[in-house]
Amino acid sequence: MTQTRPSLPVLAVGSTALMSAALLAIFFVAEQDADQGLSQKIFFFHVPIALTAYACFGLGAWKALRVLWTRGERYDLESYTAIHQGTIFGALTLITGCIWAKASWGVWWTWSSNQLVLFLVLFLFYCAYFMLRFSVEDGPRRERVSAVYALFGVALIPVSFFAIRLANDFIHPTVFTREGPQMTGRMFLAFSVAWAAIFALAYVMYRVELAGKRTDAHLRELREALAR
Amino acid sequence: MNDYLGDVAALARKDLALELRARDTLPAMVLFVLSTLVVFHFALPRDAGDEAAYGLLWVAIVFTALLGLSRAWVPESRDGAIDALVLATRDRSAIWVAKTLAALAFLAVAELVALPAFALLFAPLDAAAVAGAALASIGLCVVGSLAAALASAGRGREVVLPLLVLPLSIPLVVGGVGASISPQAGDYLLFLGVYDAVFAILSWASFEYVITE
Repeated sequence: MTQTRPSLPVLAVGSTALMSAALLAIFFVAEQDADQGLSQKIFFFHVPIALTAYACFGLGAWKALRVLWTRGERYDLESYTAIHQGTIFGALTLITGCIWAKASWGVWWTWSSNQLVLFLVLFLFYCAYFMLRFSVEDGPRRERVSAVYALFGVALIPVSFFAIRLANDFIHPTVFTREGPQMTGRMFLAFSVAWAAIFALAYVMYRVELAGKRTDAHLRELREALAR
Repeated sequence: MNDYLGDVAALARKDLALELRARDTLPAMVLFVLSTLVVFHFALPRDAGDEAAYGLLWVAIVFTALLGLSRAWVPESRDGAIDALVLATRDRSAIWVAKTLAALAFLAVAELVALPAFALLFAPLDAAAVAGAALASIGLCVVGSLAAALASAGRGREVVLPLLVLPLSIPLVVGGVGASISPQAGDYLLFLGVYDAVFAILSWASFEYVITE
């Protein structure tokens, strides 16, 4: 199975190169935003990180479905790792979102930014995933309990999205919009490269964590075999 | 189909009969929701409007539901009763349906006390608010009974359950508060209905995996 995938060092080097290209594109290719100036550059990190977090949660749920479907132990670790990466990128989304809110609106947090609030809800939801997972003893029961909860996550994303949009109607009548003028071609190029770079970074981190977790599991099995 | 409904009815009746005999949960829920409303009176600033009170009503309902749900699977975990239920050669999702109905019955009784008390002490409730409470309660029990089953798989279920349910209950609070105060209450009721349907299907389909060892 692992033979068909590119090896980890190659991936890591590729992701580093892509990230360097993204930084160059963001600071030298994309033109300075006329309205927000330099602070707008965080857009090129914030949005790709958010999209990557969604992708990780989606991957986690897909692997969770495979756990329930095939009862494969392998998928459980993959689902858990994907959600772990999703939570890390979700936290980064919150942090970069706060910085951007401070730079453009002068406040660290605003409840009227639907995407930020959605990420806060998802962040709490997926933190609870870890609480649940670590309260159950290792075994098939834990795999299935975690998988069911991960599936609830993908249902919660669209439902919360609509809920937060609805809530803004009565909590905040005025809505800030982040959509400034449309992106120019060069900005879009920088955005695409940045997205690819962060996606690659997330995938490398996912593979590294997975490799570590698998080694741990093998080591534990060996220890148990030796202790017998 | 009749067999399935028969299973559901028998299991739900068992929960209600247990509660009628032991009175473990329901009096606690009613007392809790009333105490919470009184605490809220002192938590609200003197010039806070009715709208703030509606918001707090929803906090009280969610917490009361959590109180009831934390005990939902206790009878099953005692003496391995859940193993016997799982071993029965019947559709296991009936266990979840029955538990949800029983939890809903308890929450409905608590709300039958809480909503008039709220109307008396704080602000009037119209038909849309009551409909919102009904739909949101269904959603809370649907999600909550599954989350309680998830939490009971591990140690420290009382601690984990609120963590699981609170993020899931945010859309319900939005719908419930919106139905109480918004002029377009219909939109919120529709939203609550969609939530109930989505999570009911998901919970119903996934329950089997939660319960089997």
